[in-house]
Amino acid sequence: MKPGIYGVMGRFSTPDDLLDAILAMRRTDPHIRLEVYTPYAVEGLAEALDLPPSRIPRLTLIGGMLGALGGYFMQWYATVVSFPQNIGGRPLNSWPMFIPVTFEMAILGAALAAVFGMLFLNGLPRLYHPVFNTPCFDLASRDRYFLCIRPQGDPTQRFDVAYYRQALSQLGAVDTDEIRP
Amino acid sequence: MRHPPAVRFHETTLQDLPANPHRRRLLKLMAASTALAGTGCTQAPPEKIMPYVNMPEGMVPGDPVFYASTLLRNGFGIGVLVETESGRPIKIEGNTAHPASLGAADAQTQAAILTLWDPERSHTIMHRQEISTREAMLSMLIQRLDEESQTGGRGLRLLTGPVSSPTLLSQINAMLMRFPNAQWHMHDPADSDARAAAALQVFGVPARTLYHLEQAAVVLSVDADLFGPSADGVRNAHDFLAARRRNPRARMYALESSPNLCGSLADSRQAMSPGEMENMLEMMAAALSNGAAALSNGGASLKSSSWLNRLYRQLLRARGACVVAAGHSLSLRAHVLVWHINTMLGNLGKTVYALEQYAAQQPGKAPGSGSQTARPRRPASLPELTEAMRNDQVSTLVMVNVNPVYDAPGMLAFAPALEHVPCSIHTGLYYDETGRRATWHVPQTHELESWSDAYSHDGIASIVQPVIAPLYGAYSSHELMSVLASGQTASAHATTRATWQEFWQARGEAEFEQQWQAALSCGVIASHDKLHTLHPLQGAFDALKAESGAQPDARPPNPPGVMTPSAAKPSSATIGITAVLANDSNLVAGEFANNAWLQELPRPYSKITWDNAALISPASARQHALCNGDIVSLSTADDDTGILAPIWIMPGQANGVITLPLGYGRSHAGNTAQGHGFDVFALQGVNGGLALRTFSVTMRRTGQRHDFAVTQHELHTQGREPVRNVETRRDSAPSNSSRVSEPARARARSGENETPSLYPGHEYSSYAWGMTVDLDACIGCNACAIACQAENNIPVVGPEQVAMGREMHWIRIDLYREQSGNRTQFQPMACQHCENAPCEIVCPVGATMHDSEGLNIQVYNRCVGTRFCSNNCPYKVRHFNFFQFSRNDPSAAAHANPDVTVRQRGVMEKCTYCLQRISHARIQAQKAGRPIRDGDIVTACQATCPTNAIVFGDTNDPDSEVSRSKASPRNYAVLEELNTRPRTTYLARLDDPAARLEEDDD
Amino acid sequence: MTERKTETADSPGTSVLSAGWTPGSVTDKISGIVLGRGGPWTRGWSEHWRWRTAILLTFSGVLVFLASSTWLFMRGVGLFGVNIPVAWGFALGNFVWWIGIGHAGTFISAILLLLRQRWRTSINRYAEAMTLFAAGIAGIFPILHLGRPWFAYWLMPYPNRMELWPQWRSPLVWDIFAISTYLLVSLLFWYVGLIPDLASLRDKARTRGKQLAYGLFALGWRGDAHHWHRYETAYLLLAGLATPLVVSVHTVVSLDFSIGNTPGYHSTIFPPYFVAGALFSGFAMVITLAIPLRHYFNLQGFITLRHLDLAAKVILACSLIVAYGYLSEIFTAYYSGDPYEIHMTEDRFTGIYAPVYWSYIFCNVLVPQALWWRGVRRKVSILLIVSLLINIGMWMERFLIVVQSLHQDYLPSSWGLFVPSFWDWIFLLCSIALFVWLFLMFIRYLPMISMAEMRGLVQETAEENAS
Repeated sequence: MKPGIYGVMGRFSTPDDLLDAILAMRRTDPHIRLEVYTPYAVEGLAEALDLPPSRIPRLTLIGGMLGALGGYFMQWYATVVSFPQNIGGRPLNSWPMFIPVTFEMAILGAALAAVFGMLFLNGLPRLYHPVFNTPCFDLASRDRYFLCIRPQGDPTQRFDVAYYRQALSQLGAVDTDEIRP
Repeated sequence: MRHPPAVRFHETTLQDLPANPHRRRLLKLMAASTALAGTGCTQAPPEKIMPYVNMPEGMVPGDPVFYASTLLRNGFGIGVLVETESGRPIKIEGNTAHPASLGAADAQTQAAILTLWDPERSHTIMHRQEISTREAMLSMLIQRLDEESQTGGRGLRLLTGPVSSPTLLSQINAMLMRFPNAQWHMHDPADSDARAAAALQVFGVPARTLYHLEQAAVVLSVDADLFGPSADGVRNAHDFLAARRRNPRARMYALESSPNLCGSLADSRQAMSPGEMENMLEMMAAALSNGAAALSNGGASLKSSSWLNRLYRQLLRARGACVVAAGHSLSLRAHVLVWHINTMLGNLGKTVYALEQYAAQQPGKAPGSGSQTARPRRPASLPELTEAMRNDQVSTLVMVNVNPVYDAPGMLAFAPALEHVPCSIHTGLYYDETGRRATWHVPQTHELESWSDAYSHDGIASIVQPVIAPLYGAYSSHELMSVLASGQTASAHATTRATWQEFWQARGEAEFEQQWQAALSCGVIASHDKLHTLHPLQGAFDALKAESGAQPDARPPNPPGVMTPSAAKPSSATIGITAVLANDSNLVAGEFANNAWLQELPRPYSKITWDNAALISPASARQHALCNGDIVSLSTADDDTGILAPIWIMPGQANGVITLPLGYGRSHAGNTAQGHGFDVFALQGVNGGLALRTFSVTMRRTGQRHDFAVTQHELHTQGREPVRNVETRRDSAPSNSSRVSEPARARARSGENETPSLYPGHEYSSYAWGMTVDLDACIGCNACAIACQAENNIPVVGPEQVAMGREMHWIRIDLYREQSGNRTQFQPMACQHCENAPCEIVCPVGATMHDSEGLNIQVYNRCVGTRFCSNNCPYKVRHFNFFQFSRNDPSAAAHANPDVTVRQRGVMEKCTYCLQRISHARIQAQKAGRPIRDGDIVTACQATCPTNAIVFGDTNDPDSEVSRSKASPRNYAVLEELNTRPRTTYLARLDDPAARLEEDDD
Repeated sequence: MTERKTETADSPGTSVLSAGWTPGSVTDKISGIVLGRGGPWTRGWSEHWRWRTAILLTFSGVLVFLASSTWLFMRGVGLFGVNIPVAWGFALGNFVWWIGIGHAGTFISAILLLLRQRWRTSINRYAEAMTLFAAGIAGIFPILHLGRPWFAYWLMPYPNRMELWPQWRSPLVWDIFAISTYLLVSLLFWYVGLIPDLASLRDKARTRGKQLAYGLFALGWRGDAHHWHRYETAYLLLAGLATPLVVSVHTVVSLDFSIGNTPGYHSTIFPPYFVAGALFSGFAMVITLAIPLRHYFNLQGFITLRHLDLAAKVILACSLIVAYGYLSEIFTAYYSGDPYEIHMTEDRFTGIYAPVYWSYIFCNVLVPQALWWRGVRRKVSILLIVSLLINIGMWMERFLIVVQSLHQDYLPSSWGLFVPSFWDWIFLLCSIALFVWLFLMFIRYLPMISMAEMRGLVQETAEENAS
């Protein structure tokens, strides 16, 4: 095999062709490494690739909890420990009046966790990526659908580029290329 | 008592700043140099001043030193204590030892501190509008006097205001000895000539009236402003409230042409025109002299004659213990009638005294007493002087501390007459209208800058002691007079001491010194001779009797003293109406015109600031289709030019009477006074040598409008209960007795016991400060407002800002009025220091919070100015610095209270219960190792209240005065339903149904 | 609730996307506007006199805004007409008004997303932008109206050696937290939505500069299926978070008033009634912006009459809720028997501010009733007028709540009057100019409709038509 090949890329013009191709590929070889690039979130794609459920909801929950606890603690510490004052005859720890800030902090924590968690798990930002070398890859953000077959992790197994290119074309790929990093 | 020269420097640069900033620097330098030329070389000699409390060497910086001194009001002395902070006088309070003060002080007295530091006071001697020097003036004067002495001073005239100072009187006396043909004239714009003439007619000598209201059971004020800004106002208020607190409770009845402070206290009041009042007095005098038990049916022609009958019976029952007081608006005849009535009721010498006016004579002769060993010289009047001037009989005119060009009756045309005088010399605090027209103007010292002496209204002498060297290098009137008297100058200090040396005939310097020190340190000169009243001359009242034989109802509608508008042809456009000239409640007759505190102080009833207004009754307004702010032109029969005056509709005003307050429309009184209000003196007429206070005018609508800066717009309670009344039982109850009618008790109790609350109560282990305000004792005199302003460095904001609702007074005097306008109630309203303060919870930065003693404190340097606290304050007692209101020029800095922060723009401020005084007392107590005692802390408003309506103290201490007063069943909290739990509570006003003159069974 | 109604009202034949669009054409059309290709903009933006005048007017407004702010900070807050008792004036009214407008955007993107409302797709992007700008401008006003604005940061908790903290019981502090959270979350939501479109622009841009700029902000998005997967989850979660946030923000704003004890402020109806009012004015503003957009950029194909129709229905519903709020205020005033509340209410009817009251009753309650008629909902010109009237009416309502309640409260002696000063008007008008300017900048440089979602929508509709 030639060293340092990234994968074989096939370009499809409709989502249905893409989905069929994916299913066909995985039927022939269940351990195959596929990457898919689409201009929008194509329905059924996750199922076709059977992607694992994402960890983002858990992150969000944790973020929200931290925000809430932190928010309430800040207020309790300020009014009871750090700077206790008789304000309008109210008790020091007047919890009903601490709820709004606690709530807002919870939302803030959760939102930040969700967004940055998503970016982190996606490995973004990453301005350069080998797939950008694919000809006409700019159409991936317009109306073309790309399927990329990656070589397996262990170098012992040989990665037959020609075979995959032909397979993709047979599955209806308008065009196929091999991608080098 | 030197003061930092930096101060004087800047003052001089401040005289009317040029609009163009480029010229400013140049002018500063010029002005500063002139200041050096004018004042630098004529520094008053350093003189010794005796402290009141502790000696100067014991003076601790930051610890105020109090000096006893005397301020002059219409020539009479008002004893004061001047608080000085490291040599700078910063506040004036009353002197408990002085009879005219008894510890209290009215607004004008306290505001004098601002006048003292006023950068616009006259700085230099002026000769024909140009700066001159002391030497030039003296040489000129001495030369003039030599010429005058050729003729025995035929052409020499002296014009003064009312004088009680023995030193000045003896100097005048000496001058008159030296120039036998010279004449002394007296002019007092704040007094009524009719009153003086009546006294002269009744007693044969010029006399003044002295009331002993504490002896009175019934007081009838006939348009008399007993509690107004005069030499005896504070004392009268104090005495009457003393009588009110007695059991049985003293009664007050008021006949008013326009509401004044008596009206709000009165058990019953009636609005009447001066003419009607005169008729009423007529009937009373007639009934009394016939020993009748009721008024003659002549009352039928008058409205509410049954009311008058009951009033008459009240007076009869209180023979010898009642007072009938006559006001300035009354005619000569009315004044004589009042004397007659008082005599017949046997009040003379008991509740009403007639005291002889002070005349020019040697000291040593007991003044005031009838003993006439050395023929006393009495002053002639202003009309006589003007006459002489017009006939070129006056070659030298010396005007000491008077401003006739402004405040002489317009009919006299004094200013043109002054042109006939070749040499006229004017001394005064300001380079004012007269100063500019006189050939010479000499800046005069303030009372707090020079030595003098004065008698109080009831004849107690006190020394006028300077507390600071003359700020602007002015001269005492004594220095000038000594030139007139003896031909050479002498310091005021020396002259005053000389006077009292003569009085006391002290054996030896030592004894005198000790007497002198005693006099200075306690602020009054003990005198043992008790008061004697003058007695009416034989047949003084015969003339009256003769007339009153003819039935009074046959009298013409316009009694004498009220001129009939002969020239004015009544047409649809013109309206005949009776004008009454009244002393303004703030500026009196204009002497305080340049005092910003008094300018911005809301009038008690109209709440107008920075302006005077022509007051008319709602009925008259409706009749002539006038509304607030309409400008009318007023003219008299013999002066068609007239004046322009904006209308203010005043409920409780007598119909057909238009009241014109004096003291405004100044043309040269400084920038503060400039361009505010209208000049009423221009309209004033003279009849038979008497300046008129009441005369008829013709009123024309002009169609122009004027906007007033008013601080309170809504005077009706809208069915809410901010002020409450409780009825005394038939057997009238004194203030704090528990004998209060049931509903009142119930209402009061609801204020007492704690309303349920969700919040845990807070324990105040050490002290818990609280305040009560007795609405039964509040006369609405505004003294507390100025006391607060002086104590707490409260800025003045000017008419535009007041009109926008941005006035800063921490304590405002609310006024509530029945629709009828007859019953009114004042309510001092400052921060209530709520336990559950609504302002505190909404402040986002915790700039307002409770301290350990339960005070609601405001942290200025933490405040960011969201103004949420003010929105959330149900009492709206918080005030906001919308702009940089506080002045920071040296003169303002000099008299600012160093214990109180000067607030920056953009922060909220409010009453602090005089926090600085609390901490001062705490420090003292800690030094003495004792707890703070009740009475250690006296808030500024409490200290100055003439009627002790305000009580402050520790509510944790059950026997403190405030706790006892809060225990009263009259005690209630304003807006208690909001559960704010105010620390300041009010004592409901007592209302004596038996005294209302409503039903006949009394 | 209201959305259900719109869904069931979805009659066949009226689609949210006119037929004949493919993912490619959609992308070209929308990106074409920004990149100055295709559509009416072939000759570049600056060629169009309308565009130039709009920029000129609005930007000079922005300059005036900056200048007068400087003057305000120099002279003091007294420039406004505020006084004691009316210590809050236009500034606070504008603040509440703008915050209200800044509600529709997030509402559309978040709640309609959760409710699977397909018609949100073509309007959510610019609605979110509108939200951001409005909320941002709203955030400026409380600072402008401070007595000492240079200490505004004292409202934030920050470590300081004096151990001073904000006073947590104050609704103003809640405001700070609510609004800054709202701004942040809305910004994230907006930006996350933008990432794929930025990628499209990056790929379609021809000049190096644009490629670089858009590329940087696109964070190297390449449409990987894994990414799409997580992206969708995160986006959905954000929507779930933004929904309660939208409600909470205006609730907190309403607490600024109802925590206070002033009659006219102290009312429990405030939170729901303020939120409804916010959506009301927000949707009105959405329509106000939608109509010129679709007109000048020929977007009738994307923002169809059906969109306007549905938005109008939401407005109608909100107007009914708001009307209920007005009624319940009056009812509680009289039912409570509280003399202060009753006086305040009667002062609204007959007092000096009564004209304002009655005109907003007209604008907010009577005028929207016209939207019962389908004809009106689909007549663009009338719809524009209605939405403008509603915007004005809502502003007057905010003004009245803030000012009229204060001017006559407990003690008659302290009653006063508020008269807006010259500067009050300047700041109101210039804030509008600032808003429009920001919006113009947005449509100039960013896709005003989400291309990625439109592509999805095209596919779905295509499949539907096929089946």
